[in-house]
This record gives sequence, C-alpha cells and structure tokens, in this order.
Amino acid sequence: MTLIEWGTMRRDYTLYFFAALGSFLIVYILLPLATIYARQAGDFDTFVKTLHDPIVISAVKRSLLTATATALIAITLGVPLGYILARKDFHGKSLVQAIIDVPIVIPHSVVGIMLLVTYSTYILDNYRGIIAAMLFVSASFTVNSARDGFLAVDEKLEAVARTLGASRLRAFFSISLPMAFPNIASGAIMTWARAISEVGSILIVAYYPMTAQVLILEYFNNYGLRASRPIAVLMVTISLGIFVVLRWLIGRSANAPR
Amino acid sequence: MLRAEEISKDWREFHLRGITFEVESGEYFIILGPSGAGKTVLLEIIAGIIEPDGGRVYLNGRDVTDLPPEKRGLAYVPQNYALFPNMSVYDNIAFGLKVRGVPKGEVERKVKDISEVIGISHLLSRKPRTLSGGEQQRVALARALVVEPPLILLDEPFANLDVQTRSKLLSEMKLWREELGFTTLHVTHSFEEAVSLGDRVGVMLGGRLIQVGSVREVFSRPANEEVARFLGFENVIEGIAKGRKLQVNGIEIELPIEASGRVRVGIRPEDIILSTEEVRTSARNTFEATVEGIEELGPLVRVRLNASGTALSAFVTRSSMLEMNLTPGKRVWMNFKASALHVF
Repeated sequence: MTLIEWGTMRRDYTLYFFAALGSFLIVYILLPLATIYARQAGDFDTFVKTLHDPIVISAVKRSLLTATATALIAITLGVPLGYILARKDFHGKSLVQAIIDVPIVIPHSVVGIMLLVTYSTYILDNYRGIIAAMLFVSASFTVNSARDGFLAVDEKLEAVARTLGASRLRAFFSISLPMAFPNIASGAIMTWARAISEVGSILIVAYYPMTAQVLILEYFNNYGLRASRPIAVLMVTISLGIFVVLRWLIGRSANAPR
Repeated sequence: MLRAEEISKDWREFHLRGITFEVESGEYFIILGPSGAGKTVLLEIIAGIIEPDGGRVYLNGRDVTDLPPEKRGLAYVPQNYALFPNMSVYDNIAFGLKVRGVPKGEVERKVKDISEVIGISHLLSRKPRTLSGGEQQRVALARALVVEPPLILLDEPFANLDVQTRSKLLSEMKLWREELGFTTLHVTHSFEEAVSLGDRVGVMLGGRLIQVGSVREVFSRPANEEVARFLGFENVIEGIAKGRKLQVNGIEIELPIEASGRVRVGIRPEDIILSTEEVRTSARNTFEATVEGIEELGPLVRVRLNASGTALSAFVTRSSMLEMNLTPGKRVWMNFKASALHVF
C-alpha cells in the first residue's frame, strides 16, 4: 500500500479485484484465531485454571525449551552450510540443495517413523527425540535464509578484507556474518516457529516427555474440545507473541541506519 | 617489486594470455584497455583473489602465486570501492591495522594521519552508505594506504565519479603520491588517467598485454595498428611548463591554460595542419618539422613528423598529400591552435 497509492488507482479495477480475492485468504487465516479467543473469553475460568495446571506449565516450558534448542542447533550447523552454498560451486551442489528441502515434502508421520527406525531407542521418548524430530522438519529454513543472506553480501567485501590481511574466517566473522545477520535471524525464527508447531513426528518419536503440542492432542482425545482449547489458546498466545516480537526486533535492526 | 610472468586464465568471458610485466618500486603503472579486456581479472589474480591457470606472480623476488590474499599484503581497491557497510568510516580505515594487531593508540594515530592527508577527517563517524561517490573513493583509498602496502591495486578508481569530482581526485592523487610515495598498479580505460598519472603504461587488448612502455613512448609509437586504433593516435608531448609556455626540446609551445613544472599535453592528429610555407598567425603554434613517414589509411593519410626531436603524427587528406608532394625527408610547417591542446 505504500508502493501503490490507493488514491491514484481510481479506475484500476484489476487491483481491486485481486485485493478482494486476497482478502478472503487473510480472513480465512484470521477467523479461527479470532474465534478461539472469543470462545475462550466466554469461559475465562477454565483458562485461569489451566494456567495453574502444573502439567500444562511444564509441557509449555518443554516446548519452548526444545524449540529454542532446535533453533540453536540449526544455526550452528545451518549457517556454515548456507555459507558454503552461497560461496562455492561444487559437484552435487544442487543435490545438497534438494536434500535440504526434502523434509518439506515428507509427511510428518513418515518423518517420525523414519527417525525411529534409524535411531530407535536413542531418541525414543526423550528430549533428544523431541529435538531430533523438530530439527528434521525445521532446519531448512535456517540454511536457506542464511544462504540467501550470504548471497546478498558482495564477495568483493570479503576479498578486500582478505587483501587487508584478514583470514577467511576473520572476514566471515567481521563482514559476512554481521551483514547476513538479519537474514539468519529471521531464518532461525522461522525454524523456531516451525519447531514449536511440529506435532506429527513428535507423536511417534517422543510422546513423552510431553510437549504442549502433544498435550493438547491428548486432552482432545481424552476429554474433548473444551478441555484442550485453553491450552491451545495459551500455546498460540505464547508462540505468536514471541514470533511477532522477534520479527519486530529483526525488522528494526535490519532497517536501522547503518 | 612486482613481476607477473606469463599469466593466463580463462574466467567467464575473459581469456588472459601470456601476460608479462613488471612494476618498479615507487612507480605508478597503468594498465590501459577497453572494458572487457580482462583488466579486473588480472588485478584479482595479482591480489590473490583469483587463481591463474598458468604463470607466476613474484613480489620482491618471492613467488606468491600460491599464497592467499591475506599473505600477500597488497591493498586492493575494487571499482565499487567495497567499503564495509556494517562499519563506520573510521572502522573501515582501521580494519587492516586491527587485523595486524596494531596497538589501539597507534591505530588511532595512523587513521587520523591518513584521513588528514586524504581529506576525510570530518567523515570518520559516518557510515559508508551516507557518503557521496567521491567521498567513498577517498575512504577506500585511505583504507588501502593506511596499512602501508608494498603495492596498491586500483580498479577503475575514477570511473564511477562525475567529471568534476574525477578531475579533482586526479590532481589530488598526484599530490598524495608525492606525499606518501606509494607504488601503484592502476587499471583503467581512460587515456586521461593514463597520461596524467602514469609513469609507464601497459596496453591491454583482448586478454593480452600488447605493449608496455613509458606514457610518451606508447602514445607516440603504438606497437601495432590495434594499439594505435585504440589509443586514437593521440600525440603526447612532454615538457617543462612556465606560465602559458611549454618548453619542449628547444621549441616553445603556447598553452591554453597556465601550468608549471613537468607537464604532458595531448593533441589529436586531425588538429595539426600542415603547409609547405610558414603561416604567420598569432593564435597558432607554428613549427618546422621533417616528414619521417607516411601511412595511407583509406581517405586519410597519417604523416609522421619530427619537430626538433619531438615525434608527432598528423592527418591530411590524400589530395593535400599529393598537392604538397609530401615525401619522407621533406621539410614542412605544422601548426595548431593552443585551444586544441589538452593539458593533462
């Protein structure tokens, strides 16, 4: 709306039509969110009770902890890979690129089964299992956005840094990494978000220790919609809150006058 | 100082072949060539950023061909300046010193000194993207010079600047060079830069270094037709200027502007008029010269002249050549307007 002034397109019906079509999608996404909050507002007592339920609290903590650990592992392993993909041409590069994107096309129940078949009891029903499942489905976001971030850094900057005496590693840490930081950070946030929203593979690999996602499903199966809804509201609030705040911080640092 | 030996490289659309040249210590060496000649590739091979397919690079007698750029210590200023956008101007300039582990106080002093010489002291706290093109170029130069490299590599340093900034920087470059005494390898497509800054010039065409020599030599005696065509048959005259007079081997040329010291001037061959008798006009520079050679170039004829030891070329039409009966050894009068002279 900043690029195209609405006022100047009085007769541009195509854009009106497109905007109308697009707004259906926006409403479709917002409606369930609004509905769940509205319903819960009518049943506030249960929500307060849920907040005091130690099972719920520990499950939420577990979800936050594992998703954060996943994001940190994804950064540690994914940023170097993203750098290689941005800077080097090698045989099988497109294969590597495809492998990174593979988890996106595999159904998450299948991911769980594959992980369990491969690592069996090492990841069965423990924290390792939760993080393993989360990392598998979410790491690609960090790798891809780190790669895009590094691609946007002019290679000449690194070249000049090196002629001035900096090693490749030093040039990476003093030039490329700070410059690609907004990209890497928003990739890591996407990884975190994808991790905390994962449930399919976690159900199979690590039902226990119970994460909030799994707990919601268990309450739904055992006690019905009304019992699972307050935890769902709590989870959405926390995840969305953190997601929005982090995105805002990144946006601010990316737009800050340099 | 620097010796490049038989450098060859195939890189994208560039094909460097057998490039050999030497840069002496303290010298300002210009590689002059049209865009697409592979000048940047050559510079990056010397800096260590690109590996050559063949050939060696020697620095002070040492073979550095297999060394990474950080072990060569040659400062490189790419065409887009490549200032680090995430750092202030101060940090940009200080980068090379910090990497070398220079103590903080000394870093500060050196950055301050070089900034004063280059005239960017007032910009130190700014971020690069807030600077004008000329200011960015100065910062890039300061960043390269502050580490006192044995050789600085400049890639089209003035190409992205407007005409005024460019000529200002050009003349300041001469002063900085006198003050700091650095050795430079400068690649450009601009004759003006070559003539006004260069001690020696290498002409690069299609991935080959065709001719290397002093500026005067290359411009007055192109090695072949290709070089001559590229240089546009420019006559370059070097002499000592005083006021509006230029002394060259005993002849005195009137200049369009005041100048002093060692000066080079250029004149296009089509601006030199030949006659068999002396033409007396106050507005003209008139000299007697000997015809040394004649080359037919279709409708035009290129006449090589020698005026008291200064070699020049002039164009005349075929019919006037026949009319004047120009033959090698014949004495003629050549004259040109002072305003046709370009003072570099």
